[in-house]
Amino acid sequence: MTAFIIRRLLQAVLVMLVVALIAFLMFRFVGDPINQMVGIETTPEQREALRVRLGLRDPILVQLARFIWNAAQFNFGTSYQFKQPVSEMILQRMPATLELSMVSAIFALIVGIPMGVYTGIRREAWLSKLFLTVSLVGISLPPFLIGILLIFIFAVNLQILPSFGRGQVVDLGFWSTGLLTVSGLKALILPAITLGLFQLTLIMRLVRSEMLEVLRTDYIKFARARGLTERAVNFGHALKNTMIPVITVTGLQLGSIIAFAIITETVFQWPGMGLLFLQSVQNVDIPIMAAYLMLIAFLFVVINLIVDILYTVVDPRVRLDGGAAV
Amino acid sequence: MTSGPETRAEFLSKPHGFTTRVLDSDILHSFKQSKLTMVAAFVTLAFIIGAAFAPWIAPHNPFDMASIDLMDSLLPPAWEEGGDSRFPLGTDDQGRDILSGILYGARASLAVGFASVLFAATLGITLGLAAGYLGGTFGTIVMRIADIQLTFPSILIALLIDGVVHGLFEGVSRADTAYWVLIVSIGLSFWVQYARTVRASTMVERNKEYVQAARLIGIPPGLIMLRHVLPNVMGPVLVIATINLAVAIILEATLSFLGVGMPSTQPSLGTLIDIGQDFLFSGEWWITIFPGFALAALVLAVNLLGDWLRDALNPKLR
Repeated sequence: MTAFIIRRLLQAVLVMLVVALIAFLMFRFVGDPINQMVGIETTPEQREALRVRLGLRDPILVQLARFIWNAAQFNFGTSYQFKQPVSEMILQRMPATLELSMVSAIFALIVGIPMGVYTGIRREAWLSKLFLTVSLVGISLPPFLIGILLIFIFAVNLQILPSFGRGQVVDLGFWSTGLLTVSGLKALILPAITLGLFQLTLIMRLVRSEMLEVLRTDYIKFARARGLTERAVNFGHALKNTMIPVITVTGLQLGSIIAFAIITETVFQWPGMGLLFLQSVQNVDIPIMAAYLMLIAFLFVVINLIVDILYTVVDPRVRLDGGAAV
Repeated sequence: MTSGPETRAEFLSKPHGFTTRVLDSDILHSFKQSKLTMVAAFVTLAFIIGAAFAPWIAPHNPFDMASIDLMDSLLPPAWEEGGDSRFPLGTDDQGRDILSGILYGARASLAVGFASVLFAATLGITLGLAAGYLGGTFGTIVMRIADIQLTFPSILIALLIDGVVHGLFEGVSRADTAYWVLIVSIGLSFWVQYARTVRASTMVERNKEYVQAARLIGIPPGLIMLRHVLPNVMGPVLVIATINLAVAIILEATLSFLGVGMPSTQPSLGTLIDIGQDFLFSGEWWITIFPGFALAALVLAVNLLGDWLRDALNPKLR
């Protein structure tokens, strides 16, 4: 067990180092950092002096080590465009993205699981067929289109929900939350649905196929033979055993939810990290791009690690020897 | 149909030209079985033809400044009050016909989609073949990179590559490079699937007798990979490519919608939706909704075709 965790940790560190190398190469070789910092009237001598002062004349490996050392302390320098420390800008916008991602993940779970159970138990019901067809359409529609359709229906035609922004936020020191005000909650509904819809269809299909599998097993037949109620069989015995893959997939999807928030945040002008990253891509603001890349990579690696370890704890059948556990 | 298995004589007596083989194949049979697939194929084909012949089919040329009249701007669809029969689906703020815009937009979307799938497949197949056949350190490195890349969603990778490429070509306008940047960023975010699939099948094929025989008579490794192994690993690649085409079209539309894809001077479906989004609130819904439906229909049709192809090529499901 310990050996497994250590090996996983080493792999995680390796991935982070590779991502850091990519971020460093972007930072160092895409565009000239000096050109981005100074004005036109700066003389070549002043530029050279700045170059030396910032350590851009040091050997490349020294620069790489310094970059990684700074990145480990979440220091990514100053944004080219906004002239502000990148870490501050990202931390400021992180609560908005994390709140949106968490709420849509919860939405996907509490709607997706019952739908999956229903379609698994009542395979032939017309409602099941409707759910499955709609989910196929849901997978085919790009997320931004779903967002626009929701805006069109609920914000433009019915005019019951806002179409952009976070509404009123409450400042809790380091964290600004929109969950405590009515306008904040109302503003959250459409973006959360847009972001969670894909995960919802994924969870529904997963629960459905797991239910179909489990309901065929002997212990379910035995439970029926004992005369247990349908309810006890379906929810007490069957559903419980479908939860391990659901937890795993949801965990792994959490990272992609945060990344896909880029699109949702753009559609709804949600002031989160994704919107900041998109602006940095449009303006080739490399420090923000590098920082966002490192942050997302870190989130992915940590989530993967936790899921892997949880998996072995929850399900002892997972092979501990050999490479991949998933 | 005849009952029982064919005898060898019966089999040999039948004609075996290419056309007969196609007409008699299981794939065509399963195609005819599914109405949904036929509809999907029809819709896809209609889009491809409409896109390819857009300059001849489209009622207007949305890029010809001379033919655009600002007096025609923001007209609703023909069946609504105030609509004009010259513009069946209405016009945008510059008086450009929406229907023509969709045809030209589908042209850009499909061009980028096909080209990026081709690029991703070529890169992935080459690396996968080499990694599977040669193995060793090279194979390990390729697969490690693939593993790491697979952890990240393709939208993130495409956005990063897009930003980096624009940073590398400072001063070149986005409009001139849009096509190439899109193809490279979408292609580079999809190669992994091909590489992994091809590597896995190559590692199986590598040890089969026909490959050993080819090696024995002294055919160089490059030629063995290309002429003998490649044709035998192409089946799954076709399925991935079809499903990939739908994903590539979505990714292109998303990038264009986010403002880092096709510029508004040569819009794809995603750009059209992005342009129209601003007019949603002033009541001009047709500018964004029609291109949106076109995109959804195209993606759904290609997805259904991919699903069918996957099942039809899978002998376990017959």
